[in-house]
Amino acid sequence: MNDYQEKSNYIKKLYEQQSNLDQTIAHQMMSSEKLAFATSQWRMMWRKFIRNRTAVIGGIVILLFYLVALFADFIVPYTLQQRMTQYSFLPPQRIHFFYEGKFQPFVYGIKGSRDPNTLMRVYVTDPEKRIPIRFFIRGEPYKLMGLFPANIHLFGVEEGIVSLMGTDGQGRDMFSRVIIGSQISLTIGLVGVALSLVIGAFLGVYSGYFGGWIDNLIQRIIEIIRSFPPIPLWMALTAALPSHWSPLKVYFAITVILSLIGWTWLARQLRGKVLALREEDFVMAARLSGASNWWIITKHLIPATFSHIIVISTLSMPSMILAESALSFLGLGLRPPLTSWGVLLQQAQNIQVLLLYPWLLMPGFFVAISILAFNFLGDGLRDAADPYTV
Amino acid sequence: MKINNSKDQNNNIILEVKNLTKYFPIYRGFLRRVVGNVQAVDNVSFSVKGGETLGIVGESGSGKTTLGRVILRAYEPTSGDVFFRKNGEMINVFSLEGSELKKLRRDMQIIFQDPYSSLNPRKTVMEIISEPLLIHGVSRGEELKSRVGELLEMVGLNVQHMNRYPNAFSGGQRQRIGIARALALQPKLIVCDEPVSALDVSVQAQVINLLEDLQNELGLTYLFISHDLSVVEHISNRIAVMYLGSIMEMAPAHQLYQLPKHPYTEALLSAVPTIDPHTRRIRIILPGEIPNPSAPPPGCKFHTRCRYVQERCKKEVPAWEEISPEHWVLCHFSKNLHLQGIESIKV
Ligand SMILES: Nc1ncnc2c1ncn2[C@@H]1O[C@H](COP(=O)(O)OP(=O)(O)OP(=O)(O)O)[C@@H](O)[C@H]1O
Ligand SMILES: [Mg+2]
Repeated sequence: MNDYQEKSNYIKKLYEQQSNLDQTIAHQMMSSEKLAFATSQWRMMWRKFIRNRTAVIGGIVILLFYLVALFADFIVPYTLQQRMTQYSFLPPQRIHFFYEGKFQPFVYGIKGSRDPNTLMRVYVTDPEKRIPIRFFIRGEPYKLMGLFPANIHLFGVEEGIVSLMGTDGQGRDMFSRVIIGSQISLTIGLVGVALSLVIGAFLGVYSGYFGGWIDNLIQRIIEIIRSFPPIPLWMALTAALPSHWSPLKVYFAITVILSLIGWTWLARQLRGKVLALREEDFVMAARLSGASNWWIITKHLIPATFSHIIVISTLSMPSMILAESALSFLGLGLRPPLTSWGVLLQQAQNIQVLLLYPWLLMPGFFVAISILAFNFLGDGLRDAADPYTV
Repeated sequence: MKINNSKDQNNNIILEVKNLTKYFPIYRGFLRRVVGNVQAVDNVSFSVKGGETLGIVGESGSGKTTLGRVILRAYEPTSGDVFFRKNGEMINVFSLEGSELKKLRRDMQIIFQDPYSSLNPRKTVMEIISEPLLIHGVSRGEELKSRVGELLEMVGLNVQHMNRYPNAFSGGQRQRIGIARALALQPKLIVCDEPVSALDVSVQAQVINLLEDLQNELGLTYLFISHDLSVVEHISNRIAVMYLGSIMEMAPAHQLYQLPKHPYTEALLSAVPTIDPHTRRIRIILPGEIPNPSAPPPGCKFHTRCRYVQERCKKEVPAWEEISPEHWVLCHFSKNLHLQGIESIKV
């Protein structure tokens, strides 16, 4: 027998022995631990996500924020522009929940006067006067979600004032204004992200999948846009908005301006992802089976980038919210009567105000919370989606 | 080693590759100017008979994958032709477009090296194997399901595992799923691109046996790519040896092993490990490195590393010649050299 026949026989024998062994082992493995992994990507993502506590808390906070924003006009006791001039710059009131051992929320009455030396308004609580807080109370009329006329508020008082976060210089309730302002602050991010998603996803997937000179062009445009510092760019663009535009027009113009930079991020990320996916053998397999570009993009590439799209959208929310706040704070974004957190913060622009009426900073607190929550949620989603990429 | 016992050899040719060349341009700079070409496949000619297995071996980067993929029209060729037999006629693969090309794809399929990258992790086995059937609108609904079940049985997988995702399977099982997908459209030719290189040795034998069984049952033709001579030995009728984009030698497997006619083949054979611990081959160590495929040496591409190099080799490109029936060589001195086959190199 010659050398290599000998060898082949030897290898064959080896193969047979091992393969029998291997099959039994493989079988045993399949039945126990391996089965645990036989699940879809989405379910695995979800499982990983809910184990991340900060991310879940972030998600719940955001959900709560959006729920509150949706029913804002119902939740607050006053409307956006309702002035109670006798109570200007009222500090936040203390809410008492129990009276004589019974659950019976109330606030004390307020008496305003002027300090004879400084001429500042000072408020003293009147412990004699208990003002009970009533639930589902009839109050100022409003339109729920801008559609349904109503006048029932979640809570309120029949006389005096209930002000959880104090009032501003014109006696408007800060709590009501912050909650209603969240509608714009939170949706401008959503609309902006949605807009950048559409542009970014289309251009990113196209760029990555087809390559060539169009890809080159898109990449150069992205680089040019991103070589501008964003805040001055936004400022220049918003400053150019005609001042006679209606608030709604301004609102949409701002979202467009914000997504002008937002899409570049998404497009870059998706392009990179698609570039890598394009080289995967399963894409080649589909193509060699006769799949069209459309088939490959919709059946393989988009589903594979879906988790990235969600993660990137979540992670780009904070910068949108922050940008809107910054622009409005500087007086370049939304203008009253449109009210967002940024617009509200305009009142807190000088140090004297901050020292005397620190509660006017409350909108900033809400901005911070929402941004933190979005970041926590986004980080958690990213870790759950794909620990190696994004 | 298998003997091809088909009688009518010439009429039986299913694939003919003529002067096939594939260059990948190298781009540089902002304007993406072409500054050179990777000569991945360079002027390659051969033909394959129906039902046979042509093994293609070569080191990493020698252009095996590219060759297989250009034949399948995964990449557009730089020049040359590929003909494929369809309904008794040889049709030019590179002349087809659109629906014609799509139809041709049913006859030519591929099995990949990497059992991970080749299966979409987001799709179930059912979705993966049924994809080609859906693309071509072959079957639907219950019929589709039973067809996928059939395919799973053919490759030795449990039909009940149809709704699992690839991550529930081992490397060998994944490779079987890839094989089932390749078989879905009942192809005639399958390019097996190192289908077992990523697997454990024990599993390798199972997958090779499966491929052989399927070939016998279905009359498949294989282009079997490998970087390992001992793997192709078992499955191939003929073997082609590639170096820097060119086929250096092609011969029936037995002949290539016993009577190599190219110095590069001789060197490769000397590196095949021996089983008997008391014997050892004299390893021919090739001097130098593999040249850059974007700047291959002039003349014979192998001359920089050849033990038998002559002046002529450095200037003149050798011709692709059939020096004896079925034995093709790309070497000026193939008739003069007395090279060592696999047996005789032994201490
Ligand atoms: N899509 C591509 N673009 C540019 N160059 C490529 C491309 N594919 C392959 N090449 C180059 O072509 C040459 C041949 O590569 P190929 O993958 O065909 O070799 P191979 O023999 O299959 O190697 P391996 O054993 O590593 O799989 C290499 O130099 C490689 O870098
Ligand atoms: Mg390869």
